[in-house]
Amino acid sequence: MVGKNCFAIASDRRLGVQLQTIATDFQRVFKIHDKLYIGLSGLATDAQTLWVFRILDSFWYQRLVFRHKLYQLREERDMKPETFASLVSALLYEKRFGPYFCQPVIAGLGDNDEPFICTMDCIGAKELAKDFVVSGTASESLYGACESMYKPNMEPEELFETISQALQASVDRDCLSGWGGYVLIV
Amino acid sequence: MECVLGVVGRDFAVVAADTSAVQSILVHKTDEDKVMVLDSHKLMGASGEPGDRVQFTEFIQKNLHLYQFRNTIPLSTAAAANFTRGELATALRKNPYMVNIILGGYDKDVGASLYYIDYIATLHKIDKGAFGYGSYFCLSLMDKLYHPDMTVEEAVDLVDKCIKEIRLRLVVAPQNFVIKIVDKDGAREYARRELVGHNAPVEAATTVAA
Repeated sequence: MVGKNCFAIASDRRLGVQLQTIATDFQRVFKIHDKLYIGLSGLATDAQTLWVFRILDSFWYQRLVFRHKLYQLREERDMKPETFASLVSALLYEKRFGPYFCQPVIAGLGDNDEPFICTMDCIGAKELAKDFVVSGTASESLYGACESMYKPNMEPEELFETISQALQASVDRDCLSGWGGYVLIV
Repeated sequence: MECVLGVVGRDFAVVAADTSAVQSILVHKTDEDKVMVLDSHKLMGASGEPGDRVQFTEFIQKNLHLYQFRNTIPLSTAAAANFTRGELATALRKNPYMVNIILGGYDKDVGASLYYIDYIATLHKIDKGAFGYGSYFCLSLMDKLYHPDMTVEEAVDLVDKCIKEIRLRLVVAPQNFVIKIVDKDGAREYARRELVGHNAPVEAATTVAA
């Protein structure tokens, strides 16, 4: 969710296998750099593989953090959120006919601390938004909750309240989501 | 009907598994050890496809040993868990290993830790966990009875309660179990719980599940 020169990214904490809950402290929001975060909903193993490493046929290892660090070394600056979103989109589309079952949500602060958010499907179709983006099993609920609770230009404290309430309301109606939430404000 | 379970206590981890080797309706043996000692301070309890289980756990064990030979220091539990996940993830979209793993270990700096690694390479650090149909009975028992910093007696008592529940409530339940422990003194077998087979107590044949 976008606020005034800030953004918030939140996820629930459940790790489950269909009806069985395995853990209630699973984190699916990962830091790329201080002003760029990616949340990966969907299959936990693919979220971990995308975060950790990916092997091509030619056995090159690529990581999202690794790719960003390499970029940092070459360009001597952090990646812009828009650039990173394009990177993730390309990475996912490479597996078009054997995809990673993940729906990323990317949130970052670009030039002049301008907030940037986007989501994409599991084969990398980017969807930019000016207000909020959602993904996961409770995405329909989340759309409804965010739409009704969102206001433009919220300050960080109010943004935190809004995103937390929207998350809790939505996941409470979805049996596969829940067990608390992580909320990050930047 | 295989079960593997694990619990973390105060500076130790317990990994237990059933010891049945079953194919269709036949029980080949009742003393198959499914908790492999990976190195001096790591235990890997595995369940799943029998061939994959043995091949994969031995593969991990030998690679850990190779690392230790090359680098003169052993891998930490977290590193071993991530290595295992990496191997499973690599094989996942080619030739998947159908093996579910509870990996327990002790490191001097971190203490005891337990990792849940399922067959599609989901990795998560846990305090208590279980795989198999037995998990439907064990996980809620553990949620109720587990507390942090348990002593060895308390943890083994919890495992025994889980075993008792599996024996009682799971259809075609495995009867025999092995319990292994890893702490600062190393990884070793702690106990066997046997109701059938050569080593079972004589009264077991006439006793209801203990």
